[in-house]
Amino acid sequence: MSQTSAKTPRAHTKGDRPSDALPDKTLLKWLHDMQLIREFETRTMQAYQQAKIGGFCHIYSGQEACAVGTIAAVEHDDPVILAYRDHGHVLARGMDPKVCMAEMFGRQAGCAKGKGGSMHMFDKPNWLFGGHGIVGAQTPLGAGLAFAARYEWEVLETGKKKVCLCYLGDGAIDQGAFHEALNLASLFGLPVIYVIENNGYSMGTAIHRHTANHDRLTMRGESYGIKSVEIDGFDVLNVYDQFRPLAEECRDLQRPAFVDLKTYRYMGHSMSDPQKYRTKEEVDEWKERDSIAALASHLMRSKDDGGRACLNEDEWKEMQRSIREVVKEAVDFAESAPAPDTEAELYSDVFINPLPQSSPIRDYIHGEKNPLL
Amino acid sequence: MTTATAPLPPRARLVEHPALPGGYAVPDFDAELPPREGDRVIQFREALREAMSEEMRRDPRVFLMGEEVAEYNGAYKVSQGMLDEFGPKRIIDTPISENGFAGLGIAAAMYGLRPIIEFMSWSFSLVAADQILNNAPKMLYMSGGQWGCPVVFRGNNGAGGQLGSTHSWCVEGLYANVPGMKIAIPSNPYDAKGLLKTAILDPDPVFFLESERMLGDKAHVPEEEYYIPFGRARLAREGDACTLVSFGRPVNFCLEAAEALASDGVECDVLDMRTVRPLDVESVVRSLRRTNRVVVVDQSWPFGGVASEVIAQIIEKAFDWLDAPPARVNTDDLPTPYAKNMEAAYLPNPEKIAAAVKRTLR
Repeated sequence: MSQTSAKTPRAHTKGDRPSDALPDKTLLKWLHDMQLIREFETRTMQAYQQAKIGGFCHIYSGQEACAVGTIAAVEHDDPVILAYRDHGHVLARGMDPKVCMAEMFGRQAGCAKGKGGSMHMFDKPNWLFGGHGIVGAQTPLGAGLAFAARYEWEVLETGKKKVCLCYLGDGAIDQGAFHEALNLASLFGLPVIYVIENNGYSMGTAIHRHTANHDRLTMRGESYGIKSVEIDGFDVLNVYDQFRPLAEECRDLQRPAFVDLKTYRYMGHSMSDPQKYRTKEEVDEWKERDSIAALASHLMRSKDDGGRACLNEDEWKEMQRSIREVVKEAVDFAESAPAPDTEAELYSDVFINPLPQSSPIRDYIHGEKNPLL
Repeated sequence: MTTATAPLPPRARLVEHPALPGGYAVPDFDAELPPREGDRVIQFREALREAMSEEMRRDPRVFLMGEEVAEYNGAYKVSQGMLDEFGPKRIIDTPISENGFAGLGIAAAMYGLRPIIEFMSWSFSLVAADQILNNAPKMLYMSGGQWGCPVVFRGNNGAGGQLGSTHSWCVEGLYANVPGMKIAIPSNPYDAKGLLKTAILDPDPVFFLESERMLGDKAHVPEEEYYIPFGRARLAREGDACTLVSFGRPVNFCLEAAEALASDGVECDVLDMRTVRPLDVESVVRSLRRTNRVVVVDQSWPFGGVASEVIAQIIEKAFDWLDAPPARVNTDDLPTPYAKNMEAAYLPNPEKIAAAVKRTLR
């Protein structure tokens, strides 16, 4: 099997873990959000198979603990920037599932009015600077967001210390842009955490076939003088416990970090992936450790047994049922929402300050408006 | 995103936009520009520096980043002295890492800062093509109008210094194909200052194409603040025999050609487009209605370039006014040679331009 489970020990002993201080309702919210993402993606796949969603579509199922655990560890006004497998993060950040689904359906009510699609989820109120479709292209942007946040705090003296989360997959670590971004982040002291959601595959190419020294990715970060850690991304409590202090350190010191967040995706790279590069057994092995089931079990177990005892089987079923309802409503909403009005939307948002004669096509489109014809 | 703001330039008005907290300033372009014949003559590079420094003094969101811009005082001395005035937090040296720092500037602009990103040469921008073509001009659209990108990329463009193929790019032929950004190409120090100041205020991505060969050119440049609008061509010389259309350094070749033609009794209109995005074809058509002949001079390659676009739009909009086929003078359709004589033969020059004008008059 190409992707092996992370064997990193927990950073803290029971009792003094950062998550121990969190109230039950916070952990219940995480369970809710992870299940929401799982259910949302199930419905997304259905809609895609029914050709209601177009283009490329990358499913997040399996990786929920990564988005939920890391986003919980930062403030709501810390900037976040994503790759194209972005549905999970935007839901974890608080985007309305209706708005997210509507974007994929190409509707006016989508987060980008149907101009972005699955790979390009932008949400200003939630400080989401977009999903980005070119592998690794978001990594210099992540450095720039951290630069701007630091500039705002240090030069403009109007802001506060922030930390930017920049997500990428293990495939993106091979891109030159990422190495330039790491160098700049370290050189300039930029508070950005590069969160490598390492699901073991760069599309269909297993990690040992796509990157050198694949079992020590943290060396990449370390070689640029960046604090680099490996975290088991299949255990949301562990993600939070290790990520929260790291994020605070980056914020305080205004320094970058590199996180090899070990995870696994249950579905193919995109919806058009027959997955001939891995076995069903490998997928099943990971599903046995499923992060949502593990968190639910933790919340249900007795305190004597190391659990929280804040959830029972019926409540968990009710949570799942109500999430199913919410996602179904999101699909119904997206389905019935109007498509963007071509005349109003096709030509808007090209410029903030549109100037006359910017484009040849508006005035003389296909000769149709040419008075000489 | 920052909500920091800056005082408005003289006579400018503030325009709000949801993608830009704090809005953006639009100068009063109808205000009379200061006279060009002042008593001060400065170089093109000093005009660029003055434009940046004036905007940086007013707006703390503006910073300059690029290779050798700070401690080296600029590879071509454009930013000389700026580190001393503004300090290392705002005049920032980068590693040779164009894709990285171009992307950094784009995201800083999304966040609400006003970056000026210097490419030592636009030839080097090719390694940042993904950032400057995929991200800067598309961010506003892709985000459904949520995130703007008020960044200026600037640097030297064009051949002429025996730098060979890889260092002699005229990127306007490639980049003007992409919607969502503005491209300014000044031909003289006066325009360099006025257009760069407009670029820095503009809330959209601006590609500002300078020329290493013109950085030492001198002209009267007012000490006052002034702004030159994008998309309005300047009639640099008047005549009725033929319209010469150009932008950037070759405008000067057109003026030389026009001067030479005038001694033969052929008077030409010379239009300096100043920006190629937007492209002021209306001014070209207005001129054509008097001259009925046109030669477009473009220092990038001919295939699918800016000259091609100018001529396509002329055909669309003024077909009936043409008394001769439009002609274009480009660099030759081959990689830039090194040898001095071959490079000279490859580039547009006043002789080629004058010959093209004469052909349209036959």
